[in-house]
Amino acid sequence: MKWVLVGGVAAVPFVLPSQSMVNIAMLTAFSAFLGQCWNIAGGFGGLTSFGHAVFFGSGAYTGAILQTRYGVNPWVGLPAAFLVGGLVGAGIGAASFRAGLRGSYFALVTLAFAEVFRVLSNSLEFTQGGLGIAIPLKVSAWNFQFADRRATYAVVLVLLAVASGVAVWLTKGRMGARLAAVRENEDAAAALGVDIVRTKTWALALSGGLAAMGGVVYGQTYLYIDPSIGFGTERSVEMLLVAMIGGAGTVWGPVLGAVVLHVVADVSRAFIATPGFAPMVYGVVLLVIIAVLPQGLAGVWAQVRGTPGGARDA
Amino acid sequence: MLEIYTAALINGLLIGGVYALVALGLTLIYGVLHIVNFAHGSLLMVAMFAAWVLAEKAGVSPYAALPVVACGMFAVGWALYRYVIGRVSRGEDRAILLATLGVSVVLDNLFLAIFGGDTRQIEGDLTFAMWEVGPLLLAVPKVIAFGVSLVLAGGLWAFMARTDMGRAIRAVAKEPEGARLMGIRPERVFALAYGIGIGCLGAAGCLLLPSFFVSPHVGSVFVLVAFTIVVLGGMGSFPGAVVGGLLIGVTESLGGLVLGESLGPIGISLVFIAVLLLRPTGLFGAAR
Repeated sequence: MKWVLVGGVAAVPFVLPSQSMVNIAMLTAFSAFLGQCWNIAGGFGGLTSFGHAVFFGSGAYTGAILQTRYGVNPWVGLPAAFLVGGLVGAGIGAASFRAGLRGSYFALVTLAFAEVFRVLSNSLEFTQGGLGIAIPLKVSAWNFQFADRRATYAVVLVLLAVASGVAVWLTKGRMGARLAAVRENEDAAAALGVDIVRTKTWALALSGGLAAMGGVVYGQTYLYIDPSIGFGTERSVEMLLVAMIGGAGTVWGPVLGAVVLHVVADVSRAFIATPGFAPMVYGVVLLVIIAVLPQGLAGVWAQVRGTPGGARDA
Repeated sequence: MLEIYTAALINGLLIGGVYALVALGLTLIYGVLHIVNFAHGSLLMVAMFAAWVLAEKAGVSPYAALPVVACGMFAVGWALYRYVIGRVSRGEDRAILLATLGVSVVLDNLFLAIFGGDTRQIEGDLTFAMWEVGPLLLAVPKVIAFGVSLVLAGGLWAFMARTDMGRAIRAVAKEPEGARLMGIRPERVFALAYGIGIGCLGAAGCLLLPSFFVSPHVGSVFVLVAFTIVVLGGMGSFPGAVVGGLLIGVTESLGGLVLGESLGPIGISLVFIAVLLLRPTGLFGAAR
């Protein structure tokens, strides 16, 4: 019953009359997808990352460079970005977790890695520096460019479903149980024979690989990327906000968070259109959520239904 | 050739003095409250805007405004801890980190909404004034900033080491429960220490303004610099913050010269990552 309802709501944009309404739905689903990617590491694994844009940007550049330099079909960019994002995640994870970084220190080191990638992409000839990369306009399904926003929306929905499937699996499977054990108490998990570094690195790689695919979709939709679009702090913060507001460590959290974020954005923009006003409201929402609903909005739902849900703070 | 490097080195040291002041505030907050104040860059941005508004709208020189802005920022910091960060976070590491992130998102965007995204600078003779020392040209505002920063750093050290208030702060930093039994209220001291840390930013904002531009995004530039210094010097260490500030100032300046404008900033992030991965206690830090 629940799934029919969810499927029904997700299908509504396909029959919406205007492209701009479909666009809002697509952007919401896109935020939910990226939030879900963050959630896999940050929620289920308790790995609070401040630099998830490093994965998004790596994916965006992978897709764009393969296509413009080597003439590779952009659909191939998706698995390629997954690989590159996964490798970047594995590298950052292995280095940080081996050094024993956690909590705030881990958050700061991810931020620094994103900054290193931003500066590199801004200076290297290979990534065309500050000019960024323009992807040539050639609309066709084969070329992963759609005139109709509904097609983009469909692609994003599939990605969201995949990431959410991973999240569901984490709530049920052995790997998820290990990750939860590490999140709740590292020493106890280690005593039970869980390889902490490996488990956390694996979660960051999976999260990074998925987020990198989002970068490819971004490139194919807007046909332009540059260092700050790819690796800028705003992207990292948005991914984190969506998951935290909705409920980190829950399957539905990022979806709820993305809907709230976009409703807040559109409503506040309707009243005060000044740039900065809408993101300021998100910041306030985040503070309120941390203060009164540490489990996020999904936590409220779980409490109402009387089931234990949501991640406790690591 | 040598002169270019000497000039870059001295320039780096001068800027490093102000960085040290910014980092002192951060390291004080970490040392006492054990929180990572992610809003530090944004609060520096607020201080710079305060100095800019006073200079442009009221014609007050940033140096004359320094005591006012520093006290104002102390009040802002005190209130922010007392009414927002302390309440919201309930003492949990992740909640505090996210609360300070939330504060920085709110501040950055509030100032973007009020002032727009343009970069601003104060206009005046001071901005371009130079001192000739032998073959070197030194920017006057940077020399003043360096001197005042070091004096303030010394003052802060004396305050912490010699006064009862400073002793109370150090007591709470070491043993909050023991301090409570001695009649010190840790919550008050936390708000006070946070206020002093932010007050340092008020002074730093005024010292930076004559030679730096300000925009709502400037905080994100400084936040990583400040954290790098604090981590390099050792979280919570005062001498570490000063030495780290000077080292990072020089790293930035020489990095820009050797690697060029666009690749130069990578030096700071690399130092930060390397210290965290290889020697997380920093140069002067005790083992955590």
